[in-house]
Amino acid sequence: MADAPSGIADNNAAEAFLQGASLRHAPGPYFGSYGGRWMPESLIAALDELEETFDKAKEDPDFRAQIADLNKNYSGRPSLLTEAKRFSQHAGGVRVFLKREDLNHTGSHKINNVLGQALLAKRMGKTRIIAETGAGQHGVASATAAALLGLECVVYMGAEDCRRQALNVARMELLGATVIPVTSGSQTLKDAINEALRDWVANVANTHYLLGTAAGAHPFPAMVRYFHEVIGDEARAQILEQEGRLPDAVCACIGGGSNAIGIFHGFLDDPSVKIYGFEAGGDGVETGRHAATISLGKPGVLHGARSYLMQDDDGQTIESHSISAGLDYPGVGPEHSYLSDIGRVSYEPITDSEAMDAFRLLCRTEGIIPAIESAHALAGGIKVGQRLAADVEAAGTGTAADKIIIINLSGRGDKDVATAAEWFNLLDKDSAESEIGKEGEQL
Amino acid sequence: MNTAGMSGSAQAAGKAQMTSKSAAAIDKARSEGRAALIGYLPAGYPSVEETIAAGIALAENGADLIEIGIPYSDPVMDGQVIQAATTEALANGFHVRQVFDVVAGITSKTDAAVLVMTYWNPVVRMGVDEFSRRLAEAGGAGLITPDLIPDEASEWFEASDKYGLDRVFLVAPSSTTERMQRTVDASRGFVYAVSIMGVTGARSSVSSAAKDVVAAAHAAGAERVCVGLGVSNADQVREIAAYAEGVIVGTALVAAVRDGGVDAVAALTKDLSTGLAKDAKPAGEEA
Repeated sequence: MADAPSGIADNNAAEAFLQGASLRHAPGPYFGSYGGRWMPESLIAALDELEETFDKAKEDPDFRAQIADLNKNYSGRPSLLTEAKRFSQHAGGVRVFLKREDLNHTGSHKINNVLGQALLAKRMGKTRIIAETGAGQHGVASATAAALLGLECVVYMGAEDCRRQALNVARMELLGATVIPVTSGSQTLKDAINEALRDWVANVANTHYLLGTAAGAHPFPAMVRYFHEVIGDEARAQILEQEGRLPDAVCACIGGGSNAIGIFHGFLDDPSVKIYGFEAGGDGVETGRHAATISLGKPGVLHGARSYLMQDDDGQTIESHSISAGLDYPGVGPEHSYLSDIGRVSYEPITDSEAMDAFRLLCRTEGIIPAIESAHALAGGIKVGQRLAADVEAAGTGTAADKIIIINLSGRGDKDVATAAEWFNLLDKDSAESEIGKEGEQL
Repeated sequence: MNTAGMSGSAQAAGKAQMTSKSAAAIDKARSEGRAALIGYLPAGYPSVEETIAAGIALAENGADLIEIGIPYSDPVMDGQVIQAATTEALANGFHVRQVFDVVAGITSKTDAAVLVMTYWNPVVRMGVDEFSRRLAEAGGAGLITPDLIPDEASEWFEASDKYGLDRVFLVAPSSTTERMQRTVDASRGFVYAVSIMGVTGARSSVSSAAKDVVAAAHAAGAERVCVGLGVSNADQVREIAAYAEGVIVGTALVAAVRDGGVDAVAALTKDLSTGLAKDAKPAGEEA
C-alpha cells in the first residue's frame, strides 16, 4: 500500500470490516482509497445525472418491477445452480456447483447490466447508447438491449478485434447497431473505451455510455454491481434451498470484474465463505504477457477510477494479453482492488493453458461448453477444491465431499469454438475454419 | 466526494501569498492591451530537442505562455492530430522525466510561462510531490490537468502550494454553477475554459458556448480565463480575445510541427498573435 495516498482511510475500512461491518451495498464513490472520478470536467454533469437517476430508480418500485420482469421473462432468470458431479472428481472430490449465467439470453451475465443501464438511459430521456467491446459479447448484449428498448446503439471495437470477430460484428449489425472500428492507440479494448469516452464528451446531451464492466468513474462500479447482484442473491438462496448450507468457497473470473462482483456480493458478509477471483495469467505472469492486474499491477488511475493497473514506470498503460478477449483488460474494477487489500477476496492468476485444460474438462465431464473467460474460474475452482480436500485430509475430520464450492459459469463458449479448436488442433489444416482460427476468429 | 483541500480559507490564504507565473504572463499581456496567447506542444514530438526549439520559436513569435503536453497511452480528451503526435513520441521512446528537460530548455531561453499539461496517471506514478518538485526545479509554472477535477486533487493542492505551482483546472459548457464556483476557487494562475463539448481538434468556428463559459467563470470570480479547444486561426483568436484573458491553440500548432517543423510553428504563432489586440473587434461588432 506504499502507493496509496489515503492509506489511513484504507486502514480504517479494513479495521471496520474486521469488526464486522457489512461489505454489501458499498455505495461508492470510494472503496477504501479506490474508485472516485478521475474524469474530464465535461463529463461530470453527466455522471451526476446518471448517479441521481440511478439512486432514484433503485428506490422506485416500478423500476425494480421492470428489472424483475425483464430478468424473468426476457433473460430467463433465475439461472440454474447445477451440480457438476463428474467435474467435481477432478477438483479434489469436493462438491462443485455451477451458477449457470451461460443460460441467460445472449449467453452470458452481460445481459443483467445492459438491461438495467438501457432502462436508466430511457429514464434520462437519452435516445442513443454507446458501448465498448473486446470480443463482442458486451457489444452484442448492448445491441440487444437497444433493440428491445428502441434506442440507437453505436459500439466501439478495436479494428483488430473487428477483423478477428467478424461474426460478432455481423451479430451486432443484425441487431441494428453500428460498429465503429477503433484504429487509435493499441487498437484494443482499452482504446475502444477511450474512443467511446471521446464520443460521450461530444454527444453527452442525448447519449448514455453503457459501460460493460464494474469499473470506470462513479457511479459505474457501484451501479454495474447493483445490476449483477442478482447472480449472488440467486446463488446464495439456491444453495441454501438445495443443500441447506452456505458454500465453503465461491469462485469467479475477473477481467474488469462484473460477473465476479455480482456473485461475490451475495457472500461478502458470510465470513465462513472464502472468495476467490481468478485473473488472466496469459502465457504466465513471469512472461509479462498476461492480464493479472491485481496480482501484478500497481495502483493508478485509468478510465475514471483509481484502482490496480498494469502500467510501466512512467504510468503508461501496459497492453494486456490473454487467450480470453473478455479478460484482456489492463485495469480492474475499484471494488476488487479494495476487497483484495482488506483480504476479503483472494485474487490469483490462471494461465491460458490451465484455463484451456479446464475448458476441455468441463466439455467432457458435464456436456457444457464454457466461455474461455469462465474456464479461468473453472481452473481456479479445481485448485481451490484440491486445497480444500487437502485441508480435510490433514485435519482428519470428514471427507472432501462435505465441502461445497460454487463457480460462476459467466458465459457459454459457442463464441470460442474456433479458438478452442485451434488450441486443441481439432481442425483439418486445409479447412476454412482453420484459416479463421489462425487469425483468432471466435465463431 | 472528497473535498479535502478545497476549504475556502486555506486556499484563499494560499492564493494571496502565492505568486503565479501564469498570472504574471497574462497580466503583462493585459497591460499591453491584448489577450495572452498560449501555445501547446507535445513533448518529444518529433524529438525532445525539436520540442524545445519549437517552444522557443513559440515564445519568440508572440506566445506568452506555453503548454507542454506529456504523451500518454490513453489520451481521452485528444482528437486525432494530437493522438497521432503523442503516439509517435511514445513510439520514439519518450519518457515522462524528459518533460522537465523540455521545460528547462524553454524557460532558460525565454520569458514565457511554461506549464505542463498532463493526464493524471503519469504524475501519480512518479509521485505527486516528486513530480511537482522537479517541475518547479525546471522553472515550470504549473500543471493543466484535463482528467483531474478538484474533487480528487487533495494531494495536488498540497504539492502545488508547497512548490508554488499554478493549478489550472478545466471548466466546460456542462459545468453547473456550483461546480464552476468550486473549480474557479480551486484554480490558480488561470481557469481553462473548454469551448465546446468535445475533444481537441481544429474546428472551422468557435462555438457560441465558449463566451457563455467565460462569462460564467468571470461571474464566479475568475480574474483570468483562457479559452481552448478548436482554436486554429487568427480570426478565431480575435473573436475570443474580445471576451477572454487568453487564447489557447493546440492542434493547429501540432499540425504545423508535423508539416513544417519549427519554421512553420514560428510563422503560425506570428499570424495567431495578430488577433490578440483587445481593440481588434471582429467586423460588425461595436466596442
